[in-house]
Formats: sequence, structure tokens, C-alpha cells
Amino acid sequence: MRNKEWRGIASRTEQSFEVGRREFLQLSGAGLFIFFASSRLTAFQEPPSQPHLATDFNAYLRIGADGRVACFAGKTELGQGSMTTLAQIVADELDVSFDAVDIVLGDTEICPWDEGTFGSLTVREFAPVLRDAVAEARAVLLQMAADHLRLPSPDDLRVKNGVVMWSKDANRNVSYAQLVQGKRIERHLGKVPLKPVSALTVIGTSPRRKDAIDKVTGKARYAADVILPGMLHACVLRPPAHGASLKAIDTSAAEKISGLQVVRDKDLIALLHEHRDVAEEAMHLLRPQFDLPDFGQDDVTIFDHLLEAAPPLELVSEKGNLADGEKLATQVVEETYLNSYVAHAPMETHSAVAKIEGTKLTVWASTQTPFSLRQEVAQAVGFAPENVRVITPYVGGGFGGKTENASRQAQEAARLAKRTGRPVQVVFDRAAEFFYDMCRPAAVVKIRSGTDETGKLVLWDYRAYGGGGDEASPFYDIPHQHTQSSGGWSDNPAGLHALAVGPWRAPAANTNTFARECHIDEIASKLRQDPLEFRLMHLSDPRMRRVLQAATEKFGWKPALAPSGRGFGLSCATYAGSYVATVAEVAVDKKTGQVEVKRVVSAQDQGFTVNPDGSRQQIEGSITMGMGYALTEEVRFKNGTVLDRNFDTYQIPRFSWLPKIDVVLIDNPTTPSSGCGEPPIITMGAVLANAVFDATGKRPLQLPMTPARLKAALPQG
Amino acid sequence: MRRNISFTLNDKPIELTANDDRMLLWVLRYDLRLTGTKFGCGAALCGSCTVIVDREAVRSCVTPLKEIEGKHILTIEGLSSDGRLHPIQQAFVNHHAFQCGYCTPGMILNAYALLLKGGRPTRQEIIRHMDDNLCRCGSHTRILDAILEAADTTAGAN
Repeated sequence: MRNKEWRGIASRTEQSFEVGRREFLQLSGAGLFIFFASSRLTAFQEPPSQPHLATDFNAYLRIGADGRVACFAGKTELGQGSMTTLAQIVADELDVSFDAVDIVLGDTEICPWDEGTFGSLTVREFAPVLRDAVAEARAVLLQMAADHLRLPSPDDLRVKNGVVMWSKDANRNVSYAQLVQGKRIERHLGKVPLKPVSALTVIGTSPRRKDAIDKVTGKARYAADVILPGMLHACVLRPPAHGASLKAIDTSAAEKISGLQVVRDKDLIALLHEHRDVAEEAMHLLRPQFDLPDFGQDDVTIFDHLLEAAPPLELVSEKGNLADGEKLATQVVEETYLNSYVAHAPMETHSAVAKIEGTKLTVWASTQTPFSLRQEVAQAVGFAPENVRVITPYVGGGFGGKTENASRQAQEAARLAKRTGRPVQVVFDRAAEFFYDMCRPAAVVKIRSGTDETGKLVLWDYRAYGGGGDEASPFYDIPHQHTQSSGGWSDNPAGLHALAVGPWRAPAANTNTFARECHIDEIASKLRQDPLEFRLMHLSDPRMRRVLQAATEKFGWKPALAPSGRGFGLSCATYAGSYVATVAEVAVDKKTGQVEVKRVVSAQDQGFTVNPDGSRQQIEGSITMGMGYALTEEVRFKNGTVLDRNFDTYQIPRFSWLPKIDVVLIDNPTTPSSGCGEPPIITMGAVLANAVFDATGKRPLQLPMTPARLKAALPQG
Repeated sequence: MRRNISFTLNDKPIELTANDDRMLLWVLRYDLRLTGTKFGCGAALCGSCTVIVDREAVRSCVTPLKEIEGKHILTIEGLSSDGRLHPIQQAFVNHHAFQCGYCTPGMILNAYALLLKGGRPTRQEIIRHMDDNLCRCGSHTRILDAILEAADTTAGAN
């Protein structure tokens, strides 16, 4: 999500110790102290300028009198397994059993500040900070144990399952629980060495997920599962189109329904009842009249609009100069690639419950960013942020759609709780979920490339409009290259995008990888070269070469010119510090335009792997979800109206789509951990487009490759 | 029509007075506080609200109370007995056949309905049976593996 240096979990145990240390000092430079007791919540925790991750281990850890260790973190469990990986880190670095660790996430009152759960940051950025904190806590506990056992130093102590013992006489021992006695640890040591990778016993394994039993028994609680005494369910009047304005409304019929409250608070009109379905039914009685916008873009005109309305291109990166590249080029390829608005469509729609007691507001919300949601909700009801507590239960999928500024449902619940004096629950229906979604932006990418007479790339002129510049720069060896971008998934001039846009699982990188990898394939095809050989010819980065070789070897790739009729495709990418290569096989029904994905192999190098099975889950999920934006998913709209409102027209991948999936995790324990949950999804557009080209000889230049689009492109009869 | 309605829920008799047009989903979740049954789409398109009614999987978001009068309802909360996971639940744990977990109760109960029919379904039969249950995280392959494993465990038990 952001262009930050990754910091890996293995960083301080290996050669990159110095880098890690410097970054650590930056993080701890503010000298923060975080706390458990709610009474001590102060502006220190979230100063308006720039909050920081806590470095005091007391912010993260509490050792109970029963020996259980609670770990508090501002992350959230969206399904990606953060609860489990964080518990692994605590267990290993503290030498307690994995089962003795309880993880508390996303509660702004008891968890230290965190910017949010997105950008594949949990393992690559937050885990090293947590690991440092836990390692220091362990070292302090050993010192305390040495004092307690009357030993001159902690050197001869070892720890097993939270019990510290003298290695010369195991009977001289004391448990963490006895040492701490439920109190805060005041002693600090600063930076201490981490365990070497070879000594890790929990990190690097795949224990049973912490959320497993909750999730298979129905005990897992999500925001909409919070039911409070006296709570009202609110149904909010939704406009039929973006830009619509309410002309008239008659609430008199609804007001006659027993127990129904009608609230009108500026733009917010809501019906509230103790039964959600009664409020929902009553919405039909409102008969609102709206003034509708009769102009605007639709999902066909949007691409021309993006080119016209885009602000001036900004430089992303450059090397050499294009004029020299033009001179060297003997073959030039120019192509334009289009990508559509795509919805996050998590199974759990945006949900929230708000309760006000005195001056204190508590909000349970489905969010990836509880701390920014706290600010947004506080502002909506005029509360000081420190008087707002956000609690994040399990989240039913996020994918970027429950991040900053996606807190409408929580703001509505809070405003309605303030107005009615009762706890209020707001759960988006599916139409509202599509309507208000901050979609992945539609985009246009124009590429002009050139090769010299030896078939080497010498020219690369890349221009991205509307989608964003992340991962736009080519990693291929090209002497003269120029990458520019205009507009994207945030900070756009008004009117550029027709729908709200935001981060969608590896923002911008899905579009840029689609364009780049399709273009590379097209050049290879024009030069009559095998797509793998052509890529390897332009790749010197050993990690990228390795994932390509691993994926193609597992797949059984045999060199051929595309289109070979086999339906094989290839794509590779970098994201969040990781390297990924994907190979796919498809079959295309030329009569219907239907694509069947038969096989997908993905190889990923993400540095040191904290949890292999969890990583595989993320990669399998990326492959499966990625088939959607490649083949069917696009949010269609006209004059501000979102035409896709449920899963009947908005088709997401389902069981019958499933290819055979193979995941190859590159063993790379000496490189710091990088991102896992997003990288593979960005290869899916190009890998399937390239496979379709290989099968049919027609190159799809627009995603999704719907049956209608493919059918129109393919010769019939 | 508001009237008395009785049915069996997770082996316990239930009697309530309610409008019989109300959808079972809301009654389960908010009147009876069984929140394991999830709202996903409200139109029988996603399967998150799947429950078992007399051995068949139904979409509780479009099932009015009047249709379940006198019937046996099973929700995810009633599937494990004496604190022991049902073999399907156990298989979902073994395979980590979930990520966010929101679709999981519906997946498990729809699979339960399939295994109730007896025999050992093939992978293709499972895909056909499960195809209208949606999962956004992409746990599909693991869910299939879990159901196949559970089918082996329960074969003959029903």
C-alpha cells in the first residue's frame, strides 16, 4: 500500500542487523510510553501529527497470574491469520507455549496504536517491532529471575513454557507469572539480540489457527453479532444514485408502525426498530422522491474520460532517455490496456454497533483501521477521540474496503445512538455495500516499447491514467525507460473517477502488472520468442529469476511461441518486497467466450516465512479471488447509479471455477519477511490474459475478459 | 400474520409469537441470539445464512417463519454435541478451510446437508452442491478437501 522499506522478521539475526537497528531507533525516537489502564489514555497515544508504534513491551504484553500471556495489538483479524502469526512470534521469543498466548486485537482502548491492517504489513513491518519488544521483555524477565534465584547473572538460565530455570539445577526455577505477579514491568534493557533463526521452534511452523474453533462453531463474533440491551436496528435511506438529491419524502405511514422511530438528522434519514426486519419493511413506506443526475460517465465512457480528465502525468521512475531508445529500436509496439472498477465485496457487509454512556461512546465496527475509524466517528458526533472506544471483533473480509474513510456505517450508528439515546446497530445491505464501496479504480495504461535488432528491449514509455503508480516501474533490464502516472486510488482531483475509489488488495499493482506483463508477452510473440525465455533474457535479479524458474518447472513449461494453442500463460511481479511468478492453463470456448481456468501454479519468494500454511492460504486465496477481476468482476454504472447491487449480476469466483492450484514457497530464511497476502493476486489478470492469447491468438486488452467481450473478439462460425 | 409458531431448534422446542412473514434469519439472529447464522446478501445468492430444515439446507434470509412451523431447525450452534466438534467442523479445522470465517457456518451446514444424503460424494458432486455458497477469501480448495475428508469420516454414520 505504501512505498515503505520492508523490515523483516529475520532482519536483526542476519546480515541486515544494522538496518534493522537504525529503523528501530527511528521508531522509538519519540520515547513513547503506552499503558494498559484506560484512565491513562492521553494524547500521547495518538498525537494529531504522527502516531508511532509503541516500543515499550508493556504496551503489547501482559503476563497473567495464571501464566497465560496476553498480547495486545492494534491489528485486526480479517481472515489473514494475524492472530495466529502474532501469537507465534510472542510464543517463540518469550519461550512460552503457543497455546498459552491470547491475542487481543483492534481495541483502541487497550491495544497500542497501529495504522491499520493493510498493505501486507503485519508480518513485514509490525512483527519485527513486536518481536523486539517481546525479546526485551524476555531479557528483563531473565534478569528478574536471576535476582529472584540469587544468581549473579542470567547467563546460566533457560526458559521452558514460561518457567525460568538454572541450567545447572532445574529445581531452582521460577515462573514468569511468579516474577511478574500481574504487575507492569518497570525495568527496561532497550535493544537485545533476537533468537537466531535456527533456535526458533514456533515461528516457521503452522500451528492450528487461533480462530479455528470460534469460526467452525459459530462462536466467532463479528460486529453485527453484538446485540445490546435496548438496541435498535437502523435502516438508513440510501439514494438511488451518486449525486441524487432528496426532493420530498413522506414518513407519516412509517411513523404509524408500532415501536418504529424515524430520525431525520440533516442528510441522514433512518428508521429504527428493535427488529431489523420491521425497520427494513418500513423503508418501503417512505416513497422518497429524488432529483437524479441525468449526466455522468458510465462504465463504457469512463476510459476516454480518464484520459481527458487526468491531471498532468507525474514521473514515477526513469533511466537513460527515451530519444536514445527510439533511435536504437528496430521494432516498436504500442498498446493500450483498460481495467475496470472492481468491488471489494467482502461476505460481511460494513457493520457497526454504537453505544453512548454519558460522555463515552463505544463502537464495535468491521474495520481494518480502528484508530482512524475512531477519529472519523468522533468527528461525526462531536466527541473528543479519547472519549471514543473502537472495538474490532472478527472482520468478515476486508481486502482494503474497510480502511480509512470507509466508516460510514459506524458514523451513522454513532449519530443515531446520540439522537435516540439507545444503542444502535447499522448493517449495510448488499446494495449499500456495492453503492458505497471505494472501488479499485478503473484505469488506462498506454505503453510504447521498442526492441533492437538483437531482440533486446531498449525502449519503455509507460503512462498510467487513473489507476495509480504503484509497481508501475518495470523490473526488466531496459536501458531507456520512462514511467509516469496520473491519478490513482487516492488523492484524485474531483470528478476524475465516477465512483469512490480506494485501496483494493495490492492497489494499482493489479492494473500495472496486467499491462506490463501482457505487453511483455506481446513483444515476445512479435519477436517469435518463448515468453519465459524473453523474460529471463531481461532479468538479472536472481530472486525474480528463481520464482520464474520455480513456477515454470512445477508447471512443466515447455518453450513454444505464443499463440501455441495450448492455453498457457505466464506473469511475474514484485509487491510488498516479495517476488511472485504465476503460470496458468486455460481453455476457451470460442462459441461462448467462456474461459475455463484449468491449472494455476504460483511461486512466491517472501523472504523468511513465519507460517507456511498461512502463507499458502493467502496465495491460494489470491489466485482464486484474482480470477474474478480477470474474468467477470466489474462494477457497472450509469449517471451515478450503481447497476450491480448483489451477487446475481456481480459474479465472484465460486467452486465450479476452481482450477488445480499449486503453490511453491521459496525457502529463503535468511532474507527478512516481506508481504504475503497481496502479491500473487496482481499476477492473475495478465497470466489469464496471456493464456487466453496463447489459446486463441486474440490478445485481450481489457479486464475483465467477460464471455461477451471474448466472444466479440473471437472469429465465430 | 402475528401468531404463535412452534418448531424445534437444535433439538429444543421453541414457541414464539411473531409475524409469520418474518424471515427465519432475523428471528434466529436477533430474537433467539443465535448469531452464527450470517447475513450476506438478503436474496439467497450467497449462502452465508444457510441452516438445516428437516435435513435440507435452506437459505434462512428468504425463509419465512410460516414455512418452518413444526419443523426441525439445525444451526451451526447445534452441530457439535457435548463439546465435541462434528466431523465436518473438525475437517474444516484440520484443513484450515476458512479465512475470515464469515461464510463458514453456511458452508459447513450446506456440506452437512450433502453428507446426510449418504454415500460418498465425488469432488464433482461436492462442487455442484456447494456452488451457490460464496467465499470471498478463496478458501474453496480447502473447503472441498475438508468435505471429502468429512465424507470419509461420516460414511455410513448417517
